[in-house]
Amino acid sequence: MNNLPRSQRIVSGLKARHRMERIFRAAGFSALLLGVVFLGVLLVSITSKGFLAFQQTKILLEVNLPFDINSANYQSIMKKTLRDMFPNIETRREKKELYAIVSSGAAYELKKFTEQNHHNAGRTVDVWVTASDDVDMLIKGAVSRDDQPEVRRLSDVQLVHIDRLIEKKLIETRFNSGFFLNGDSREPERAGIAAAMMGTFFSLIVCLLLAFPTGVMAAIYLEEFAPKNLLTDFIEVNINNLAAVPSIVFGLLGLAIFLSIFGLPRSAPLVGGMVLTLMTLPTIIIAGRASLKAVPPSIREAALALGASKVQTVFHHVLPLAMPGVLTGAIIGMARAIGETAPLLMIGMVAFIVDIPKTVLDPATALPVQIFLWADSPERAFEERTAATILVLLGFLIVMNMLAVILRRKFEIRF
Amino acid sequence: MTTMALVNPACGGITPPSAIFTEIPTESETRMQTRDLNVFYGGNQALHKIELDIPRHKVTALIGPSGCGKSTFLRCLNRMNDVVENCQVQGTVMLDDQDVYSPYLDVVLLRARVGMVFQKPNPFPKSIFDNVAYGPRIHGIAKCRDKLDEIVMESLRRARLFDEVKDRLHAPGTSLSGGQQQRLCIARAIAVEPEVVLMDEPCSSLDPIATGGIEELIAELKDEYTIVMVTHSMQQAARISQKTAYFHMGHLVEVGETEEVFSNPIDQRTRDYVTGRIG
Ligand SMILES: Nc1ncnc2c1ncn2[C@@H]1O[C@H](COP(=O)(O)OP(=O)(O)OP(=O)(O)O)[C@@H](O)[C@H]1O
Ligand SMILES: [Mg+2]
Repeated sequence: MNNLPRSQRIVSGLKARHRMERIFRAAGFSALLLGVVFLGVLLVSITSKGFLAFQQTKILLEVNLPFDINSANYQSIMKKTLRDMFPNIETRREKKELYAIVSSGAAYELKKFTEQNHHNAGRTVDVWVTASDDVDMLIKGAVSRDDQPEVRRLSDVQLVHIDRLIEKKLIETRFNSGFFLNGDSREPERAGIAAAMMGTFFSLIVCLLLAFPTGVMAAIYLEEFAPKNLLTDFIEVNINNLAAVPSIVFGLLGLAIFLSIFGLPRSAPLVGGMVLTLMTLPTIIIAGRASLKAVPPSIREAALALGASKVQTVFHHVLPLAMPGVLTGAIIGMARAIGETAPLLMIGMVAFIVDIPKTVLDPATALPVQIFLWADSPERAFEERTAATILVLLGFLIVMNMLAVILRRKFEIRF
Repeated sequence: MTTMALVNPACGGITPPSAIFTEIPTESETRMQTRDLNVFYGGNQALHKIELDIPRHKVTALIGPSGCGKSTFLRCLNRMNDVVENCQVQGTVMLDDQDVYSPYLDVVLLRARVGMVFQKPNPFPKSIFDNVAYGPRIHGIAKCRDKLDEIVMESLRRARLFDEVKDRLHAPGTSLSGGQQQRLCIARAIAVEPEVVLMDEPCSSLDPIATGGIEELIAELKDEYTIVMVTHSMQQAARISQKTAYFHMGHLVEVGETEEVFSNPIDQRTRDYVTGRIG
């Protein structure tokens, strides 16, 4: 071997080196493929279910609107309209079954419609009202008419009614705006995620306003100003530990301090945001320090040698260069916070919230908590709503991560 | 002589305004001086007992083989070693009659007075204009936009860079070539008008013409300022410096008039180095 010429020795080793490279590439590619497959399965299963919830079955009624908008009994108007549509119904049970094809919120919808169309008072007009969740499930094909009555939860008589409605084209699925505009409800067809979305939004704003400045300042202080001694080492170890503490612990801390000692209101996005701040702070500090550390020391020296003070050096040169990394860290921290359930449960953001919160002090829930609550509900229609809420949450995450990419591009400076 | 005795500080008098001593130069010959200067990087001693006087309005050249401590010495003069972790400086460095390492000294002011051009060009990732304008801006030297423009143009011109960049003053400084970046850093340093300019191999990546330009600049600057420069070129040291210090493995082996050091070195190691036998 050794008496071969130099170039031949290199050639004889080349084959093995190229083989190693091919093996490594194949392994890397299969790892990527596996990841993509898992993600694909997850997305397809959630999307196929969740998309159904963006549609809602509606029934067209011909209603004689009352003159007296405020004191009319819309429940009985609804019932009368239905009886007029299906005249040959006698028994109490049959009547009850008939009324059950529309949502229990239909009377409320009718009231709102009347208020908005008061110029039509007294006339007979077409009104789309929400069908009940059982009808909804049948129309969307989530249950089949051949299923046992206990499974499909519709009686044979009701099926006949529905068939007649279909025949007359009085029933159809339409975009489910209520899902985005309503608060929670016991009736799946009336339940929406507005309260949860607003809760999540407010919590994130509070979290951003508190965690971002504090985290960045702490990172700058630790990285650029603090003397390197045992105390700062100790602090660093503890910050790294905090980043790994289970989030429920932060929830307990929030419960003990923000609610018990400071007496802040329960279920408020303000407290939720504060608890999420505790959780995101370590992430922001760690990411911030890493990106500050990545700025070449020669830039600091250049500024200092010109007579810039330390603060000027940091704010004029180091921080702008570190900004893309700092922002990415902050957004990753926030993206983690947006999906947190456990700490919010601890501070009571798990309540059944019908009213949409208007300030950070109003009781609210959050998207992941809403998912947790609905996933626990027995009604079939909640299943698709759970999936749809997950989709909305994913949408939030995509927007935030896109924002991270855009901000990165915007702040990126070549060295 | 009688006035001399009256105000001799040793006799309890205070230092009088120097105007009284018309026969004594108002400024001493020495601008900076180091006494018993030892520098350690962790456990490694990089400089041993350096005692060097840096004369006013002259060019002092620091020469010596790679790794002998020239940059380290230079960085002691404006306390840039403070920034380096685990770097320890012992001894005294004086700027006129001020102790540079005194805890009462304002480092920001020191560095504005003692400017530095680094061995590796380190332009800010900002425009060429902003690179040069940064120093005058933070020190509030330029009162208005026109004055700032003037300082920037003049500095670029003196650094022999203006003609090459006059059409793209707002291009990033990092987009320049290595040699251009080096001159940009020189322009940036002189824009602050420091009293002492420390230059660490300012011509290391310049062609002979640009080198000639920078040498002219140094010769111009020395009339107003004091220059300390590190160079690996014997010819350059011989051409432009008045005083030369030869460093060897952290020791200051020889220092003297440039002509003396080159034509008649005392130490054997200096002789070997300047005649090209080592280094
Ligand atoms: N930041 C540092 N940490 C540890 N050791 C250092 C550091 N900077 C320099 N040294 C050491 O100090 C000694 C002197 O280095 P210095 O940079 O002053 O040399 P120099 O004379 O400027 O060399 P050159 O001509 O190659 O630039 C070298 O042995 C080097 O290894
Ligand atoms: Mg050097």
